[in-house]
Amino acid sequence: MKALWILAALAFALVLQATLARFLGGAAFLDLVLLVVVCSALRNGPVTGMLAGSAGGIIQDSLSMGLIGVGGLTKSVVGYVVGTIGQQFNVTAALSRGVLFFASSLAHVVIFAGFYVLLGLEPFGFSWTGVLSQALGNAVVGVVALYVVEVMPMIVGRRQMSKLTRY
Amino acid sequence: MSLLGVFRRPRYLFAAIAAGHIILISAQINSNFSGSFFGTVTFGAFAEAQRGISAVVDSATGWWRNYLALQTAFDDNMRLRQELSRTKIALQQEHSIAQQSRTFAELLGLRAQLHLATVAASVIAGSASADFRILTVDKGTTDGLGSDMAVIVPDGVVGRVIMPGIRAARVQLLVDRSAAVGAMVERTRVQGIAEGTGSNMLLSYVTAGADVVAGDVVVTSGNDGIYPKGFVIGQIESVERDAGSFGDIALRPAVDFSSVEAVLVVTTPFRSWDSEPVAGPEMQALE
Repeated sequence: MKALWILAALAFALVLQATLARFLGGAAFLDLVLLVVVCSALRNGPVTGMLAGSAGGIIQDSLSMGLIGVGGLTKSVVGYVVGTIGQQFNVTAALSRGVLFFASSLAHVVIFAGFYVLLGLEPFGFSWTGVLSQALGNAVVGVVALYVVEVMPMIVGRRQMSKLTRY
Repeated sequence: MSLLGVFRRPRYLFAAIAAGHIILISAQINSNFSGSFFGTVTFGAFAEAQRGISAVVDSATGWWRNYLALQTAFDDNMRLRQELSRTKIALQQEHSIAQQSRTFAELLGLRAQLHLATVAASVIAGSASADFRILTVDKGTTDGLGSDMAVIVPDGVVGRVIMPGIRAARVQLLVDRSAAVGAMVERTRVQGIAEGTGSNMLLSYVTAGADVVAGDVVVTSGNDGIYPKGFVIGQIESVERDAGSFGDIALRPAVDFSSVEAVLVVTTPFRSWDSEPVAGPEMQALE
């Protein structure tokens, strides 16, 4: 069931990313798939983060024009590392989560570009302004999204409880 | 240790997944795996989902424009914009011909290069990945689209078709990191290659000492075998000279990619641009 939710979230993120990119001219203000990967890694640990990263990255690769697998491997690494950090350290505060989202976005860009450079495929230039703004956007949206994901079940539970007690 | 036990340990599982990805990447390095069955199926499914979502989004925005904004003003505006689009395209072609006529016509006796056959398409999705700049349009191979067909709008060149599906096609934007187009400075006819940087463009491989200044309009040279000659790519933003040779020549694209809703895909085979005009030309209207 958990896997289905994560797959649904990845599919939703992909569609939303493409829809937003249509109106923003493809500008990369957010990487919503990465946000889902980091959220699932923080909530469920390194294995789930790694598998979500692998699945999300491969689908994203196949919808883009890069090599299929580079994005999958990059997001797997990010998911695994973030999941491990989430298990080893206390990352429940908004600030620490924001830092983690920010750092994972930067790491994702560096690893992704690094793979392309290692493979000698093409020069992979990127502007630091764009990378930093994307990391900042990911951090803000990621913290809010993770909070909503954690709070929603509690709100639903309380409503169900109140309904049960009413009758 | 059993196989199941191995895969329950995160480190082993991580190593297995990494190895799987590396094998997958290696398989593509020496083959044309990117156009594989998996990629085609994923793109087809995604395009259909995106077509539905695009229809919903367009309906919502259309409802807003038509019923909450001024209905007649919007209709008039749309009609005038379509007329302007047609006029702009015709003007670009005429401008291109006129410019070429002034410089080469007497020497080379070039024939008219008009009458490009085009197919109108609507944009239904942007890029699913933040690392690449692509668009998805709602026309595919059934509408006559094929790989490496140029995609244009009245303002200039948008990009090229990189993956035509049955009912949709993926278009690489000019600003994508791996995009390149044969370019020419319109004023001086200096040639180079316009390359995407992810967010903007650079004009590269320009001869040292060539006459290029900020503000020059850059058009397609037609040398790449993809883009028709004379269509606007952008304008030179800045020229940084580096000890006699050219350093970075920054190029601002003519097209605002965030506002592209409808495009024209040039279906005329490349060879026909430099030879005979296409028989029975048909320029489909943007509507």
